[in-house]
Amino acid sequence: MNLLGLSQHLETYLVLGALLFAFGLYGMALRRTFIGMLISSELILCGASVNFMAFGRFVAPDQTTGQIVALFVMAIAAAEAAIALSIIIAVYRDFRSIETDAPADLKG
Amino acid sequence: MTTPGSAQDALAGVLFLVFALAALFGAGVAVGARRLVRAVAGLALSFLGVAGLYYFLSSPFVAFMQVLIYIGAVCVTIVFAVMLADTSEAASESPKGKLLTLTGAVCSAGVAAALLFAASTAQWHQQPAQPAPGTLERVGVSLLTTYSMSFELISVVLLVAMLGSLVLARRGRDRQ
Repeated sequence: MNLLGLSQHLETYLVLGALLFAFGLYGMALRRTFIGMLISSELILCGASVNFMAFGRFVAPDQTTGQIVALFVMAIAAAEAAIALSIIIAVYRDFRSIETDAPADLKG
Repeated sequence: MTTPGSAQDALAGVLFLVFALAALFGAGVAVGARRLVRAVAGLALSFLGVAGLYYFLSSPFVAFMQVLIYIGAVCVTIVFAVMLADTSEAASESPKGKLLTLTGAVCSAGVAAALLFAASTAQWHQQPAQPAPGTLERVGVSLLTTYSMSFELISVVLLVAMLGSLVLARRGRDRQ
């Protein structure tokens, strides 16, 4: 398989999207702070977007479908970042910490 | 291999490999870095690589939006939050327990293996490449005709998110 012709294959993009998704999943499990988890969730959304764009380019009959979905995911990710960051600021005001263990004091 | 066309193809292939490696390496830094600022820098590098991938998927508009929204807005907002909510000694993360880390690694490796297996074995009905695939004009037209519902949804979601983040950030201030 020609290494320089990889950009013309659907499977290349699917593999890249799967790896980005798995990196994000690992980060969600590993990270201790809310900001770290937010970064990992952005990676997950990005991996999904790469898959949508690849399918839209190579498989879908209408070439614009994948791009519309990717733009939609971008808008959702931006809204999610805004909401998550304001929650992080609110939690930081109350607990003086952005670690996920701090709000666990809430339970009983 | 001496014709200019093949030389351009080889250059494009090398550029594609650079973008793919940037996406993966940046994702590794974003997940593995101890300091949060470094993780955000890795995230920006990964987003830049993904923007390159979008360009190779013949949609320069989405690549441009990726740079504009993700690197220009999301990454900068996260850096802003790191500066607001972090003292310098708390910016580094202590790792979780060994068992939890191992479980997370095994689970995400399992998901990756399943996705890679599906991607390598499934048969897709590939379309032949069209002459003018997905230009900006066509994206705009379908955004206002076929997909106008998603266009409206995006604007409503962004408005609600802005109002909600204002309300959430203000609530903490009243309590102080």
